Amino acid sequence: MNMISLTNISKSFHVGKASQFVAVNDVSLDIEPGKVTILKGPSGSGKTTLMTLIGCMARPTSGRIVLSGMRAAWMASEEPAGVEITSLPERFLNDIRRRTFGFVFQQFNLLKGISVLENVMLPAYPTGEDHREFAKRAGVLLEQFSIARHASSPVEWLSGGELQRVAIARALINDPSVIIADEPTAHLDTALSREFMTIVGTLKKAGKTILIASHDPIVFDSPLADRVVEMRDGVITSSGPKP
Amino acid sequence: MILHPAVLSLMTMSLLAGIMVLLAGAVGVRILFSWNIKSGSELQLSLERQTYLVSTILAYTFVFQILSLFLYIYTADNLHGLFVGAMCAAGTLNVNEYGYPVLLLKIVNFLLAGTWLIVNYADTRGYDYPLIRAKYALLLLIAPLVLFEAYEQYRYFSGLHADIITSCCGALFSQDTRNISGDIAALPARPMAIAFFAAMTATLVSGHLFYWKGRGGWLFSAVSLVAFLVGVASLISFISLYIYELPTHHCPFCCLQEEYGYIGYALYATLLGGAVTGLGTGVLMPWRNRGSMKQVIPQLQRTLTLVTVILYLLFTLIVLYRIKFSALTLGW
Amino acid sequence: MNRTIERHKNILEFSLSSLLRRKTKNASLLAIYTLIVFAIASLLFFLSAMKREALLILKDAPDMVVQRMEAGRQDLVPLSYAKEIAALRGVREVKPRLWGYYYDSPSGGNLTVMTAEMPAGFIKIGSGVSRLRRATAADVIVLQSYDNEVPLMLEIEEVLPYESELAAADLVIMSELDFRKLFKFPQGHATDLALTVANPRELSTLAGKIVDKFPDARPILKSEMLRTYDSIFDWRGGMMLVMMIAAVLSFIIFAWDRATGLSAEERKEIGILKSIGWETSDVLLLKFWEGAVISLSAFFFGVIAAYVHVYFFSAPLFQPVLKGWSVLYPQFKLVPAVDTYQLGVLFFLTVAPYTFATIIPCWRAATIDPDAAMRS
Ligand SMILES: Nc1ncnc2c1ncn2[C@@H]1O[C@H](COP(=O)(O)OP(=O)(O)OP(=O)(O)O)[C@@H](O)[C@H]1O
Ligand SMILES: [Mg+2]
Repeated sequence: MNMISLTNISKSFHVGKASQFVAVNDVSLDIEPGKVTILKGPSGSGKTTLMTLIGCMARPTSGRIVLSGMRAAWMASEEPAGVEITSLPERFLNDIRRRTFGFVFQQFNLLKGISVLENVMLPAYPTGEDHREFAKRAGVLLEQFSIARHASSPVEWLSGGELQRVAIARALINDPSVIIADEPTAHLDTALSREFMTIVGTLKKAGKTILIASHDPIVFDSPLADRVVEMRDGVITSSGPKP
Repeated sequence: MILHPAVLSLMTMSLLAGIMVLLAGAVGVRILFSWNIKSGSELQLSLERQTYLVSTILAYTFVFQILSLFLYIYTADNLHGLFVGAMCAAGTLNVNEYGYPVLLLKIVNFLLAGTWLIVNYADTRGYDYPLIRAKYALLLLIAPLVLFEAYEQYRYFSGLHADIITSCCGALFSQDTRNISGDIAALPARPMAIAFFAAMTATLVSGHLFYWKGRGGWLFSAVSLVAFLVGVASLISFISLYIYELPTHHCPFCCLQEEYGYIGYALYATLLGGAVTGLGTGVLMPWRNRGSMKQVIPQLQRTLTLVTVILYLLFTLIVLYRIKFSALTLGW
Repeated sequence: MNRTIERHKNILEFSLSSLLRRKTKNASLLAIYTLIVFAIASLLFFLSAMKREALLILKDAPDMVVQRMEAGRQDLVPLSYAKEIAALRGVREVKPRLWGYYYDSPSGGNLTVMTAEMPAGFIKIGSGVSRLRRATAADVIVLQSYDNEVPLMLEIEEVLPYESELAAADLVIMSELDFRKLFKFPQGHATDLALTVANPRELSTLAGKIVDKFPDARPILKSEMLRTYDSIFDWRGGMMLVMMIAAVLSFIIFAWDRATGLSAEERKEIGILKSIGWETSDVLLLKFWEGAVISLSAFFFGVIAAYVHVYFFSAPLFQPVLKGWSVLYPQFKLVPAVDTYQLGVLFFLTVAPYTFATIIPCWRAATIDPDAAMRS
């Protein structure tokens, strides 16, 4: 299982300009495999930025992030397992991201005008996998989240809760080991937020590592949360008890 | 200057390609100076993004080069009626002193762009981009050449005036002409045929050795380059005789015409293709056993070697086929 | 290998669905693109068809024509020249020719008048003349002769067949007698001499000999005529083409603009794709396929439309511009003369510039930060 360790991670924007801004400042953190970790903090504290760094979407300005226990296709067989993702070019970061992380966004980020099924399959297109293979997987996922009857309708027709489930199904299409969710319940009412946490429960049971940024008490007070990390102004103020 | 559609399109496209490659070269210079893969700085991130632009430009340029090479020859062929003494492309190219250098530049640029793409392919498969500097140094060689080609081509076309008297393949590629093309044509058929089959066999053998034993990569690449040159010379010296079924016609262009079943395209495509892959194999040699490239290059080189050998074999087979079914028999 | 193919297949499929999703935008791009291809293809097809016609005429032309120059202008040739030239070695036959132009004031057309062995009082006319004078076989045509005497009344023996070539349309063929009457043409002279030689290879030597003998003679070789024809067509066509190039350039700017001015919607979509695991080169591939689909369809439709325009309808859009030398313009069907070379040139003139113009905008779009989608 992959453990994600961050050492002295910083991310600055507009370096050398008047608008220079440090969004994440010298953060060190270990994220346990198979557990639910919650990032909590006020708006602008750097949660999203930190998640993009962990999720291989962006590279930190300094510091190291290591995915231990991970083996990339392009690694020599004699190299020990574990990848330092901080100095990898986009091509390779992306390769890791595709196979390791699934993302759920606050605004769901589904493509309008194409069907639910296509939306779910979208992350698999560039992997070069056989279309039939991932179409089958997508069908199973839609079944699992009880949205199979909407498979061929465009996403505009779906309700908020259904959209959320489509987004989760899409995050799972490449069978990632880590799920990253940024404010997943911000657009949901209480009932749907609870339903989301139920899904998190099943994912956790399936052995996924889960990282959620949220300031919704339904999320961080949930019994499922193994650890709550608090951030403020780009630094970690409390990293919570290690589970 | 002749306002022929093809002339205008060749010139505009060369200009466009030149500008794009110049742009790529500018990126190349910045990368040579500031590349640092370990850094997460914004400069580095932006340079990495620009590498995608450069590979896209080079990929299109490569395709453009091969198309423009054939379009150039075809256009020269098409215009031959305008010049006294020109019977095919050979004569039109000879109208002024830029015709043949442009042809040569087009071939060289095609080979270089192809090699660059091979190096790029290998490089982007190593997580630390180990060939990046070599790759961009090579790009800095290609960019001026492509621009130069556009310029020379402009001079060639602007120096074309109908009614210029020129000499054509009959005279240019004739054994009595004292210049380089004449010398090639004068190469005696028999030793040349021996050299040709020897070069092709050497490529096959060294390719076999490299493919199965992983030894002699340099040798293979060098041999394949020599085989390319010998192939071109043979085309002029004796293969052409069998194609045209005339004991004295040595033109390397006429075979692209319909009356010879477009056999020239097959011959040049296989020969040029084999030269690119053979050259690419050699260029990758210095990095063969370095770090992240251990996983990539040997495998890639095997594929390239295989492609080279297959293309050259195809070339040889076409030649043998022509010799067998040609009405011409040379007395040897 | 398999994976590469699958990747292309998946992304191509998605690019098709993306194109369909933005129907109006892409349809307008496709329409303009097709129009450009259509215009240039029509021009190329038309020029090559015309050239082919011209070459057909010249094929039957004599090996050499000898004219006489008087103070640098073409003048009549005394028949004595013909006799002496016929005596030169290598000359098989010398034929004095009589021909000229007749300005037909009622219709405003310029007719080419030639002579042939035929009974006096009869003529053969080209289809253009027939149309202009609204006269067909067995009708009588009146021509005004040069000596202001009675006009010539000539009966039409035959209208030359419809599909005959370009130059035949304005043709009037009459007997030598009528010709001399019409133009008050001096006896013992001809317009020029047509030579047939035994060995075409010796044409230029022969031309040299003729000039030696008659310094005022101007021999014109058939190959020279071919060349002049060729360059005139290329020149005329070239001028048109320059205008076309201007059109192409504005099209490139248009394409650039279209590709750069990605709508907010498209930008967002690419951001989403990148955030869910698409890489820059995947998006580039997507854009490549989109461009290829648009380009190839435009090329295909444009070429077909041009083919129909030129070969089925005889290029109505071009006739006034390119053939403007006479009101007698022929209405024959052009014979298809399309080859791979023309298609190659066409491809180079249309698809290649479009492709190059979209490289940078596509790259810009493809390098949107993947985390941009997380902050919108
Ligand atoms: N690309 C960027 N350029 C400049 N500043 C940025 C950029 N991305 C983020 N920031 C800044 O970094 C800070 C941290 O942003 P981030 O989105 O990580 O906060 P957050 O904790 O997720 O807030 P919220 O709860 O509102 O989502 C913000 O002040 C933001 O303005
Ligand atoms: Mg946020």
